[in-house]
Amino acid sequence: MRPLSKTAATAFALLLLVAAWQAVVQIGHYDRSLLPSPLHVAQGIVELARSGVLFEDLQVSLLRFAAGYFSASVCAILLGLTLGRIRPLWTLVDPIVQVLRPVSPIAWSPFIVLWFGIGNAPAIVIIFLAAFFPVLLSTVKAVRSVDATYLKVAQNFELPPLRLLTRIVFPSAFPQIAHGLHLAIGTSWIFLVSGEMVGSQSGLGFLIVDSRNVLRLDLVMAGIVLIGVFGLLLDRTVGLLERWVGRQWGMEK
Amino acid sequence: MEATGLSKRFTHKGRTEPVLNDVSFQVGQNEIISILGKSGCGKSTLLHLLGGFERPDEGTVRINGQPVTGPSRNCIMLFQHYGLLPWRTVLGNVELGLENERLPASERKERAMRYLRKVGLEDKAGAFPRQLSGGMQQRVALARALAVQPKLLLMDEPFAAVDTFTRYQLQDELLRIQREERTTIILVTHDIDEAVYLSDRVLLMGANPGTIRTELAVPAAKPRDRGHEDFLHVRRTVLERFELTRAAPAPEFSI
Repeated sequence: MRPLSKTAATAFALLLLVAAWQAVVQIGHYDRSLLPSPLHVAQGIVELARSGVLFEDLQVSLLRFAAGYFSASVCAILLGLTLGRIRPLWTLVDPIVQVLRPVSPIAWSPFIVLWFGIGNAPAIVIIFLAAFFPVLLSTVKAVRSVDATYLKVAQNFELPPLRLLTRIVFPSAFPQIAHGLHLAIGTSWIFLVSGEMVGSQSGLGFLIVDSRNVLRLDLVMAGIVLIGVFGLLLDRTVGLLERWVGRQWGMEK
Repeated sequence: MEATGLSKRFTHKGRTEPVLNDVSFQVGQNEIISILGKSGCGKSTLLHLLGGFERPDEGTVRINGQPVTGPSRNCIMLFQHYGLLPWRTVLGNVELGLENERLPASERKERAMRYLRKVGLEDKAGAFPRQLSGGMQQRVALARALAVQPKLLLMDEPFAAVDTFTRYQLQDELLRIQREERTTIILVTHDIDEAVYLSDRVLLMGANPGTIRTELAVPAAKPRDRGHEDFLHVRRTVLERFELTRAAPAPEFSI
């Protein structure tokens, strides 16, 4: 048998999942309000799309996600480059990071609401926290494992410190940093929903909370499906980007 | 280039071991000098001291009378694994050393291309290092080093990783380029043929701690013939000297 192409495999796997879901609904004769069937959820999505709520929430969520994720990435990469280059500083900062990192961003939510109010800010801050640590740690690790020969070559050609960072350290560390960025996409997307359950009045997370409050379980499931599908799309997009950058960097043949 | 009284010790698990002891020698302009010795005799460390990558515990290195305090563009090191940047094209790699100089981009490119042409790789300017063979990568590294026009070129076992045929070809190329560029070269090797074929003088190193045991001038004129009588004669001398530099075997006792 010819191996399936990646796209075909993805479509097939998703179809399988929907089929299993439908089977559970049919076999168990579950009530619509207990476990909505794929068809009901699809109708729910159409309903959301017709009323315009879907695109509004999606847009709001994606914008918040982008704001949190990109600001976290930029901060974490800049900080990681600095910390990775200055060994004694990292020895000092490492324990602090290890104490803060295991704390779920949600645990901070009471403070986040107190400090940042309601609206877009709390969701963005929570996404920021979720993305920040994986990117920071992978950047520091990448910077510290830069091949010593590259550093010697740079010294030999008398590259000034800033240029050493931008021309040697960053590009050399980039593949590993990109891996961290890829990981962070997943983690921070997970926290999008939780973020939007805290003090927001819009977005996919709010859609779920709101639908639960009016007992529209089909719409709750619709929200879950949308989050899942967009999570997959984001992951694939970043994967493509990672491969493209790898080619530009000459890391692949 | 002048090295006087170089000593270096490494401390490992609380024990201090001397790696180099009182190494002194001089290298004149346009000379090619080989430092020949077995693995672990400290010849690589010596080269790192000359290049300013490490500081000697005692002694000094001077280039044109100026003491070496760190790596500089005057004295470019060619590393064993070439140290090419994999994310840059061949041209980008050669341009690396020129980015410090206040050159317009077109001039920088032109100069990089000139040196790529010198090593016969101008058609590979757009390729990435991974797409090239080991010998070609070595030539790119050579072009990158020469492009900044250093006074001194340090080579750490430059042709150890390529096959014999490529090695011979690269050695001939190096001799040709050295004649054209009038660069002074110090190379470290454990290949006796390479040392004799390339150099004006060969420094034989002994180990524990590393010292220069003997200095040998290679009188044969360049270009040399690998099969010529003179070449073989010097080669034999080196082999004999190496027997001498080896520590005397422990005497056998019979009861």
